[in-house]
Amino acid sequence: MADTVLTTRGVAAPVRVLRAFRGLRQRHLALGVSIFLLLLVVGTGLFANWIAPHDPRKGSLEDQRLPPAWIGEKTTPKTVVEFPEPGLSHQQISIARAQRLTPTAQLGDTVNVVLREGGTSKYLLGTDDLGRDTLSRIIYGARISLIIAVITLGIGGAIGTALGLMAGYFGGLIDELVMRVVDIFLALPLVLVALVLVVSVGQSFYIIVGVLVLFIWVRFARQIRGEVLQLKTMDYVALAKVAGASTPRILAIHLFPGVINTLIVVATLQVSIVILVESTLSFLGAGVPPPTPAWGSMVADGRDFLADAWWISTMPGVAILLTVLSLNLFGDWLRDRLDPKLRQLN
Amino acid sequence: MQRFIARRLVITIFTLILVSLIVFVMARASGDPRTLLLDDYASTEMYDELGKQLGLDRPLYVQYAIFLGNALTLDFGDSVVDKQPVTDTILERLPATLQLGLAAFIFSLVVGIPLGILSSIKRDSFWDQIGKVVALLGQSTPPFWLGIMMIFFFAVMLGWVPPSGRWEWNSFILPAVTLGWFTVAANMRIVRSSMLDSLDTEYIKLARAKGVSETQIIWKHALKNAVIPPLTFMGITLGTLVTGSIVAETVFAWPGIGLLAFDALRQSDYSLLQGIVIFFALMYLGISLLVDILYAYLDPRIRFS
Repeated sequence: MADTVLTTRGVAAPVRVLRAFRGLRQRHLALGVSIFLLLLVVGTGLFANWIAPHDPRKGSLEDQRLPPAWIGEKTTPKTVVEFPEPGLSHQQISIARAQRLTPTAQLGDTVNVVLREGGTSKYLLGTDDLGRDTLSRIIYGARISLIIAVITLGIGGAIGTALGLMAGYFGGLIDELVMRVVDIFLALPLVLVALVLVVSVGQSFYIIVGVLVLFIWVRFARQIRGEVLQLKTMDYVALAKVAGASTPRILAIHLFPGVINTLIVVATLQVSIVILVESTLSFLGAGVPPPTPAWGSMVADGRDFLADAWWISTMPGVAILLTVLSLNLFGDWLRDRLDPKLRQLN
Repeated sequence: MQRFIARRLVITIFTLILVSLIVFVMARASGDPRTLLLDDYASTEMYDELGKQLGLDRPLYVQYAIFLGNALTLDFGDSVVDKQPVTDTILERLPATLQLGLAAFIFSLVVGIPLGILSSIKRDSFWDQIGKVVALLGQSTPPFWLGIMMIFFFAVMLGWVPPSGRWEWNSFILPAVTLGWFTVAANMRIVRSSMLDSLDTEYIKLARAKGVSETQIIWKHALKNAVIPPLTFMGITLGTLVTGSIVAETVFAWPGIGLLAFDALRQSDYSLLQGIVIFFALMYLGISLLVDILYAYLDPRIRFS
């Protein structure tokens, strides 16, 4: 145990990550698929404007609620009559309307009436209630999720790491103070706080980011502090102190590189939580304001059309599920490779 | 023990203060409440009169103290939208939320614990694989989407259960599964790992060496010690069930406090929402505190540390 700690700590962080990837071939299929999916999400998010086939905000009213491409049209046979009897309009059709569909229709004939058009290759995953392309919206939704994840992890991770480093290194009053604040934030019902913020200042991108930062910095701080508590007892830290290294130098050059493994693992696992919480807030109408496509609000958009347009809610949900699933699989694997100690903490 | 309880109490109180401060500051930040309560033709005198009534002429910290005092006695004023006392509305919706929370809690125990035990004693078997899949999906499925998908399959397509609302017993199934799904996975993982730890201890090895039967080892020796870690987690679980109810109740139009919060959000009913937030926070923190104290009382390692 002690040996492996020393050897991995001796190598620069990027090299360690690369080394971790080398063992990839031996791992089973699920991991490969999840990494592929993650690259896909990141790629589509980054290049959304080139990849997306349509404008995610512009709908076309003629193409409302079209099913995905692989679903055919839905028809029903109706008998042609003079005037449909009340209550029987699902079986009968008036001669006037029937002749508009097929000019040769006669009284007593049976004609097939299209209840729902089939999917077209123009809209691979169908369209929503406003005729907007689901696939394009999912692609742009990936971009929003990515932006939010990167910003919140950047800010939250930086705050959490800095406070965790200080709490762990200085100990005493600072440690006590930071950890009690961490406890308070862990107990804070943040979804509710988000709702309060939204009602008072309105839906905005910054609120989402702010709430998520409050949500995740504590998780970084706790993990990093635990790591530093162990690291600071090591000889090389004491030697640096004796050699006259300043405190900022010890923190930045001697301790920080030691926690990078933990940082990478925590960050990967936190991305999945960020995406889940963000989509939940979007679903509740407290997320990124419309018409910006977000996965959670897309699921909410389809709620009223479940019976005849199930794909509107289903597709963005599948995107969330696959992304979060891949992140969890990838994060678990990364943890086992880089930092097996974290295992028991999760 | 006293130190532990005191510390937990202090954290709880500070969290409550933080929640109430956020709510209070946001209420002031959102603008003058008088513009909501009075119409455009109100005179300046009416404004001043109402300001005095609401205590707006006093310094901010006095206003906050009054607000906090009212909140602690569960007095949240009247709703801006329907002018009813907020507390009455919340209490009216409380039974529905508690029933749903209880149903979800039972579901998560009944499914999660046996699955955890099974996957620990039959390690790397079929059941263990099932358990791993459940744990992974539980962590990864967004609950609101799961709920909607279940409505589509079981209510719209198959017609087995009502799609929404709170009617007969079968209307409980989908909301309870939605709310408890995440907790099933959590319970399962915790029971599994604590069972594995406990099966690996010296006293189990001794029991095995003495020739105690495997059934007895599992049920009498290992399980007893393996249920303590999940017990602590139950406090957090109950808490998340309370707040998670917003999503489940919104999806299923379940007439509880969660749906009330969602409606308040849509109608921008700030006074109702602030009441709900503080009420939920009180409930959530109260439950966690209670469970922690109970746990400390049950587990001597905490009691004497």
